[in-house]
Amino acid sequence: MAVLELTNVSKHFGAIHAVSNVSFSLNAGEVVGLMGDNGAGKSTLVKMIAGNFRPSEGTLRMDGAELVMHKPVDARRHGIEIVHQDLALCNNLTAAANVFLGRELRKGVGPFSILDYASMYRRAGEIFKELKSETRPRDLVNKMSGGQRQAVAIARTMLSEAKIVLMDEPTAAISVRQVAEVLNLIRQLREKGIAVVLISHRMPDVFTVADRVIVMRRGRKVADKKIASSSPEEVTGLITGAIEQAA
Amino acid sequence: MAITLEQTIAHKQNSRLTQILNSQTFWVLVAIIAACIFLSFATNAFATKANLFNITRNVTFVAIIALGMTLVIITGGIDLSVGSVLCLCSMVLAVVMHAGYGIEVGILASLGTAVIVGAFNGLLIAYLGFPPFVVTLGMLSIARSLAMVASNNTVVFEFGPDHDLLLSVGGGAWFFGIANPVLYMVVLALITGFVLRWTRFGRYVFAIGGNEHAATLTGVPVKQIKVAVYIISALSAGVAGIIQTGWLGAVTTNIGAGMELQVIAAAVIGGANLAGGIGTAFGALVGSALIEVIRNSLGLLGINAFWQGTFIGGAIILAVLFDRIRTFRRE
Repeated sequence: MAVLELTNVSKHFGAIHAVSNVSFSLNAGEVVGLMGDNGAGKSTLVKMIAGNFRPSEGTLRMDGAELVMHKPVDARRHGIEIVHQDLALCNNLTAAANVFLGRELRKGVGPFSILDYASMYRRAGEIFKELKSETRPRDLVNKMSGGQRQAVAIARTMLSEAKIVLMDEPTAAISVRQVAEVLNLIRQLREKGIAVVLISHRMPDVFTVADRVIVMRRGRKVADKKIASSSPEEVTGLITGAIEQAA
Repeated sequence: MAITLEQTIAHKQNSRLTQILNSQTFWVLVAIIAACIFLSFATNAFATKANLFNITRNVTFVAIIALGMTLVIITGGIDLSVGSVLCLCSMVLAVVMHAGYGIEVGILASLGTAVIVGAFNGLLIAYLGFPPFVVTLGMLSIARSLAMVASNNTVVFEFGPDHDLLLSVGGGAWFFGIANPVLYMVVLALITGFVLRWTRFGRYVFAIGGNEHAATLTGVPVKQIKVAVYIISALSAGVAGIIQTGWLGAVTTNIGAGMELQVIAAAVIGGANLAGGIGTAFGALVGSALIEVIRNSLGLLGINAFWQGTFIGGAIILAVLFDRIRTFRRE
């Protein structure tokens, strides 16, 4: 059964139809590349899945049950995590503090509970190990490389039992070597049975790591096919509109 | 033997010692100690019991407010109203006690005033998006004016039935001859330091200063925390006002005038970064101490008091200069 199923989802902002009648499903342990030009409706679509927007029409179903979310915290509670394009990291805090930001572990009772540094360092260290990333929980984020920063942002999604991880342009502003690191992190998530939606402009990344590609153009889904049965040329054609609809 | 991933992850990049040597607060502390040693030899009046008692007590009023200010500065904000809020809270205390109410009522009224002022600042800043500079600048004017209204711009020096108790609270030395204000300062600093390091609230204060947008996205209650921080800042001014009233034994409508700049200077010298995200409670004390030692020493060394501003201003710029040099080196 699909982890997440979108049925005829649309989103209008006044007269603007940002997303029209989109349906697709996400399966566990699957990496889906979501591609499209600027303004094609990718981020609107992702924001609906992340709980920022409610769809104007259509439904979201998670594990078969209807999913209604009012704010991002609801999405997180349902196991939907997002890695923001700017990573949403605090440079003045340690890696562990960033991983646990908003979900700090504490010990003690009620108003007397204090931050549990030891457990947070340990757990963050375990997650970095799982991600096979050389990131030290006690280091300040402002001293880290782009790849390590990505690892910190991705580690956040592994705190709870995430089912779906949405990644917004994770490889847009980092070096080639770091891109390889990030793609490895994505593979680690897939191995844990997490569904990953990779929003990207970079064709090579999607074709390296994704199992399936969904192409959006002008708010509509114009393709949804296995990477193996598509090609960069076809996807480029679909994005630009040279090819109207995938075969 | 190859270094495993686990060893790398467990590695601590900075030892305790390098952390201390890299902190601005530490070097300011060194400067203070050096100045104190120098002054003990250069003058006969410095290392006397009376002078040290004076210095430690004078430090406290600025230091207590600097604790609250440090929280505000860590979130990336600023509170220019603290000097006027100190005046307003002192005046509310004085007027209420003068009218014949007990000290408890006076203190409650005074702190209640601080909470209202702080909440007003915080709500405008957090929920309506006003720049902190503008809101608190407005409050700087409003609070002092309200103090004048409350007292009809007179000096209040009779505090009703609890007159002696109030003077003893602020001016006494109940514990081993240490001035009471110093005790309050130490207790408040310990609480502030604890909150910043060990509570979720403290963590969020730093997160907001580091990246407010990220804090919002990760579910930190940014607006509530900001309101709380401005309330704490106003409360620290109120507490300092109450203590100062007891110490001075009289309230005029010009107490605390210009104090906001001393307080901000103390926080910045102590290592708080006006860009947000960095600051400590200990730093606030150390910064306040440096300012007081400069003031005190100029007097003892027989240097014209007009030079005070130059030296304190120089200390502010010097403290930030070291921070800039470290940043340049890193880049």
